Amino acid sequence: MIHNRLLVAAAAAAFALGAGTAAAAGKYSPGATDKEIKIGHINPYSGPASAYGTIGKAIAAYFKMVNDNGGINGRKIDFISMDDGYSPPKAVEQARKLVEQDQVLLIFQSLGTPSNTAIHKYMNGKKVPQLFVATGASAWGDPKHFPWTMGWQPSYPAEAKIYAHYLLTQKPNAKVAILYQNDDYGKDYLNGFLEGLGAKAKTMVVAKESYEVTDPTVDSQIIKLKDSGADTFFNITTPKFAAQAIRKAYDSGWKPLHFLNNVSQSVGGVLKPAGLDKSVGLITAVYIKESTDPQWKDDADMQAWNTWMDKYLPGADKTSSFYTYGYAVAYTMTEVLKRAGNDLTRANIMKVASHLKDLKVPLLLPGVAVDTSPSDFYPIECEQLAKFDGEKWARFGDVICPKR
Amino acid sequence: MDRGMKPDTRELAALASGAKLSRAQIIGLAMALAAALALPWFISDYRTFQFTLAVIYAIAVLGLNILIGYNGQFSLGHGAFYAVGAYTAAILMDPGGVAYYWTIPAAGAVCLVVGFLFGLPALRLEGLYLALATFALSVATPQLLKYDAISKWTGGVQGVAIIKPDPPFGLEISQDRWLYYFSLAVMLLLFVCAWNLLRGRTGRALKAIRDNPIAASAMGVNTALYKSLTFGVSALYTGIAGALGAIAIQFVAPDSFNLFLSISFLVGVVIGGLASIPGAVFGGVVIVFIPNVAEQVSKAAPWAIYGTFLILFMYFMPTGIWGFIRMLYARFARRRRAG
Repeated sequence: MIHNRLLVAAAAAAFALGAGTAAAAGKYSPGATDKEIKIGHINPYSGPASAYGTIGKAIAAYFKMVNDNGGINGRKIDFISMDDGYSPPKAVEQARKLVEQDQVLLIFQSLGTPSNTAIHKYMNGKKVPQLFVATGASAWGDPKHFPWTMGWQPSYPAEAKIYAHYLLTQKPNAKVAILYQNDDYGKDYLNGFLEGLGAKAKTMVVAKESYEVTDPTVDSQIIKLKDSGADTFFNITTPKFAAQAIRKAYDSGWKPLHFLNNVSQSVGGVLKPAGLDKSVGLITAVYIKESTDPQWKDDADMQAWNTWMDKYLPGADKTSSFYTYGYAVAYTMTEVLKRAGNDLTRANIMKVASHLKDLKVPLLLPGVAVDTSPSDFYPIECEQLAKFDGEKWARFGDVICPKR
Repeated sequence: MDRGMKPDTRELAALASGAKLSRAQIIGLAMALAAALALPWFISDYRTFQFTLAVIYAIAVLGLNILIGYNGQFSLGHGAFYAVGAYTAAILMDPGGVAYYWTIPAAGAVCLVVGFLFGLPALRLEGLYLALATFALSVATPQLLKYDAISKWTGGVQGVAIIKPDPPFGLEISQDRWLYYFSLAVMLLLFVCAWNLLRGRTGRALKAIRDNPIAASAMGVNTALYKSLTFGVSALYTGIAGALGAIAIQFVAPDSFNLFLSISFLVGVVIGGLASIPGAVFGGVVIVFIPNVAEQVSKAAPWAIYGTFLILFMYFMPTGIWGFIRMLYARFARRRRAG
């Protein structure tokens, strides 16, 4: 069925490209025509999270390249990107503008857990795809209740399960201490980890401490965790607290096997302030290639990325991971639209997006792929562990996929 | 009374102080009302939603205007009262299961009490010091809302999502239009109340406190009571706006109620027109539409455009939009009399 449609779509696309006209009569929802596809996007270009604005620029540049190369099946992408300043009410207003005023086919990569939660019900009520949202919360993979919403990056629980998997196989007698931020993000990680350990969670986890975002330090929590006699430490903290925890754990003479969540793996933002020497041996999980990592120097995808950066974003900071992220996620979107062929209805977009079998996306680590099914709305679930060697994260072991 | 008779001095004074409406004002009001009622039939649901927000912000701006414009107390913290109103409505609706229209008086009552209580210590602070104290309130609000002990009700960072109300009596209009009319009705009611409150003794007392507190208390005005009551009433208005806002947006979360919201209200008060009731409507419109216009002018630097707009407004309309309209009208009337 799918194959047939793909075949037809591919044939139609080939015909359209060959003939130089996009006259193929397609099936369309609002936002798609023979000539163009309108994609809506909501991003904080202003406000407290405006650093993420870079992702919007990267995606816009990627679609510009797609358009310069003839578009998708002969259709140009009209990318309409709106600013919500990381404010949920503004996100609702912008989503309504995009859907009702601009009549976009779908909203792609809306960023931030609060903003996406704010428009979650609206998008599903309107039956407009809210695709590949930029947040790791577990709420986006709920096709039963929200069949029009899908995440992209590994969810927090999925990542936590990878650490659990590692412990169960490599250190089954570990005594684990956990520090977590007391909110949905922290609890997502915590619950995923406990679920990953399964029945062994009761015996393995010997101490749990939480902190509030408003706390000045986490020193007292670290002392308590150390005193519990744990030999393994799962550090579920945002950058500022992560740096404090790493430093305090080291200074107090505690030498646990130390897992640090993906959220805080920035070398410049976390490990440097904590002390690079104190960070040696930290373990985290990664799924995307670092542009700064010399081992990808001759990698074809990375070279294509570099060429694209030079042409479409000259002068931009190539060390920023937002550009690699934006490139990979925009590729995924483009691929979904390509596969949807001439059936650019919203229902078909979701159908294609939920039937991505082992899709290879450039810049994802070898072995990490986008994989979805009608009951699995978590596109990326595999990650690889990496150990900090005092300079950079060095990957080790196999790519781990917790669902399989 | 015979309309053709020359009005006596008492009536003139009433007209001048705004306690009574002139015929021109009544005509103007009727026309504005007719336009407001007809509006949603000419625009899309999305635009209707934006105007609903403008109506809601107008209520909040009026609340703040009563405090700043009429009573001379500064507040940079009204976003907090707006948040209290919004959360009251959301919590009553979602876990509580209360119908949306009952949340409006409830939010008002809660905010009246909260505002009054906040007004008591605020009595000791004047001018800029009060502004700073209320600033602290609005800076703290998002984090307080995330506080874990109350997250059972507030939903923590995740917030509370609520369902949009359907029009009653099987009316065949969209939810957005219904919500617009509902908000408009609440706004009209609150505006009439404010007009009643401010045109008589109470209004004079408030203005007296603003202009010269010592003279006011010498005249027998209970300054402390009036000031904290004004704070309470002001918070009540803002809280009701918050409840309506939660229903219109269908979602509340801590990040919705940041410092910028409080500043926006102040911008609305000043650009709409200080110490004027109709000005609040313009204030609401400005809060919703100026950032959108700015974004349309320049995607790269919308806030620079926004700032430019504010400066232009202040330069060309130093008494706010309503003050500008009054000035034009006065000029027009004078010319007619002269001609």
